[in-house]
Amino acid sequence: MQPYTKHESIAALMNRSNVDTDQIIPKQFLKKVERSGFGVHLFHDWRYNDDGVTANPDFELNKPAFQDAKILVVGDNFGCGSSREHAPWAIADYGFNTIISTSYADIFYNNCFKNGILAIVVSQSQLDALMAEIAANEGVKFTVDLENRQVTTPAGNGFTFEIDPFRQGNLLSGLDDIGLTLKHVDKIDQYEVQHKQLYPWLWA
Amino acid sequence: MKKTMYEKIWDSHLVVDVEGQAPLIYVDRHLMHEVTSPQAFEGLKLSGRKVRNPHSILATMDHCVPTKNRNLPIADPIARKQIEVMADNCKENGLNLYDMKSHNNGVIHVVVPEHGFVHPGMVVVCGDSHTATHGAFGALAFGIGTSEVEHVMATQTLPQKKSKTMLVQVNGELSKYSTAKDIALAIIGKIGTAGGTGYVIEYAGDAIKKLSMEGRMTLCNMAIEAGARAGLVAPDEKTYEYLNGKEFAPKGDNWEKALAYWNSLPSDAGAEFDAVVTLDAADIAPQVSWGTSPEQVIGVNANVPAPESFDNEGKRKACESALAYMGLTANMPITDIKIDYVFIGSCTNGRIEDFRAAAEVAKGTKVANGVTAIAVPGSYHVKDQAEAEGLDKIFIDAGWEWRDPGCSMCLAMNGDELTKGQRCASTSNRNFEGRQGKGGRTHLVSPAMAAAAAAAGHFVDIRKL
Repeated sequence: MQPYTKHESIAALMNRSNVDTDQIIPKQFLKKVERSGFGVHLFHDWRYNDDGVTANPDFELNKPAFQDAKILVVGDNFGCGSSREHAPWAIADYGFNTIISTSYADIFYNNCFKNGILAIVVSQSQLDALMAEIAANEGVKFTVDLENRQVTTPAGNGFTFEIDPFRQGNLLSGLDDIGLTLKHVDKIDQYEVQHKQLYPWLWA
Repeated sequence: MKKTMYEKIWDSHLVVDVEGQAPLIYVDRHLMHEVTSPQAFEGLKLSGRKVRNPHSILATMDHCVPTKNRNLPIADPIARKQIEVMADNCKENGLNLYDMKSHNNGVIHVVVPEHGFVHPGMVVVCGDSHTATHGAFGALAFGIGTSEVEHVMATQTLPQKKSKTMLVQVNGELSKYSTAKDIALAIIGKIGTAGGTGYVIEYAGDAIKKLSMEGRMTLCNMAIEAGARAGLVAPDEKTYEYLNGKEFAPKGDNWEKALAYWNSLPSDAGAEFDAVVTLDAADIAPQVSWGTSPEQVIGVNANVPAPESFDNEGKRKACESALAYMGLTANMPITDIKIDYVFIGSCTNGRIEDFRAAAEVAKGTKVANGVTAIAVPGSYHVKDQAEAEGLDKIFIDAGWEWRDPGCSMCLAMNGDELTKGQRCASTSNRNFEGRQGKGGRTHLVSPAMAAAAAAAGHFVDIRKL
């Protein structure tokens, strides 16, 4: 995983709520056995016309001003539904490394942090202000500073956000979660010894 | 201290809890299918790691598999490769796989209970959001992403944030026409698809106690559709009776030890929950979803809502866009909605009781003109049982297709899908845009409601049949 560094990037606006992972990456693209190459299919059914190839000009992210955006500002309960990690793979592969919303579905939220994506939670009024700023000035750039948990914007809608220090540390260092867990392998071994005594039927 | 069932399971599975790190919890059972595992196996291999406890894993093939002409090779080369990779990965790592040719094959969340692989008090994960199903046994069961699949394979643990607890109390008695599916949909209608976010739900109350194990599976299956991490039902005599004698259930002395442990699991009287939601089962009519989110659901006797009937701007907008996508008019009666397709199956409603309920309604009817109806058993064992009871004949005589098991039209990955504009009465769990095929329109219902719609060509209030 790439370490997450401070950046100033275009913020794209998608003013939709309850965007589910079926929309983020439709099922026909889940048959691949690789982790890469999903970006071209991100939001496929909305993004392309019925031919599946030409861009749908009405879809938000197809606006010229939002090209090369790294920040995605979206409505609440983003990423609900299926657990497919193909959703954050597609988001990251497309080029986003930051999402800003009022809420995320649980599994999707976890999946983001495993893939170098910072999912920031804001209040409804903060989100409204950010959305209004983008709508008034499409192509506007926000600065995201994870180390100091700060987002700044040209119109002054910046804020400090909350994030679990463990997730913050992992994103900043780009550390592998599994490696971290395996530092506790002796504790896992001990737990299993005890587990076998307490619940022998699980090991029969 | 008085503890909820969730807290008991959490505490007994805590391996590491140190300042500055997410708590690590132990995973007892890991379920797998072909779609969310290949990249995890690849990651494991690349990092030179091994599967820590192969015995904790049970794998099947379900999402991509065809539900007809199973003797032929899979036509889609990418799906075929995914199936082959799954077989290779399981062989290489010594995992128990019920492949397409196995008589034990079927949808993972149908197969696992059939073999008694999940017991009360376990922590169970799967790269699949509908893992919540196994909460029916009083196990903490939840969906994870592929990176987490790799993590569990390598370490048998997961870093987890402790959830809040929500008690959903369903009092009273359900009418004989309403089912666990209707309870699940009514709850989501009440609290919304984000209502359970951050929570583990425990379902309790007379109406829940009266549900069969299969009904409890249907209910817990859709906990994720309410946004919850997991759903739980306290284990009781029904749970034990269901498990007793199954392949992976404890035997002999171990059965007695397990029973003693299982009996200690239910939430202590007076244990506190972070939130409580109460419903009266008698109020729950057979439900029909009308929109593109499972929270957009209403009783069959009602009318399609109008945007202005919602009290907040977000919901008004969602209603407008759902009506446009679904091709419905505000205030039209639900029973006026005509359908093109019917699907009975999935990890929500693909078990024997579901086919019995549907067959009871389908018996002696004919599928309406212009309607295609498919019945897709959740597993070969469900299929066999249905055939032993003659249910297949009832469906076939009524003009239904009787298929081989798989996820099929629940997510339409295997070629079973709607075309643009087609409308389906479906016993599955998600009515998202495009879920059953691009431009397809999904209405979530119970099996009996689906069967009644197949015969009439539109939704029917089964209480009036």
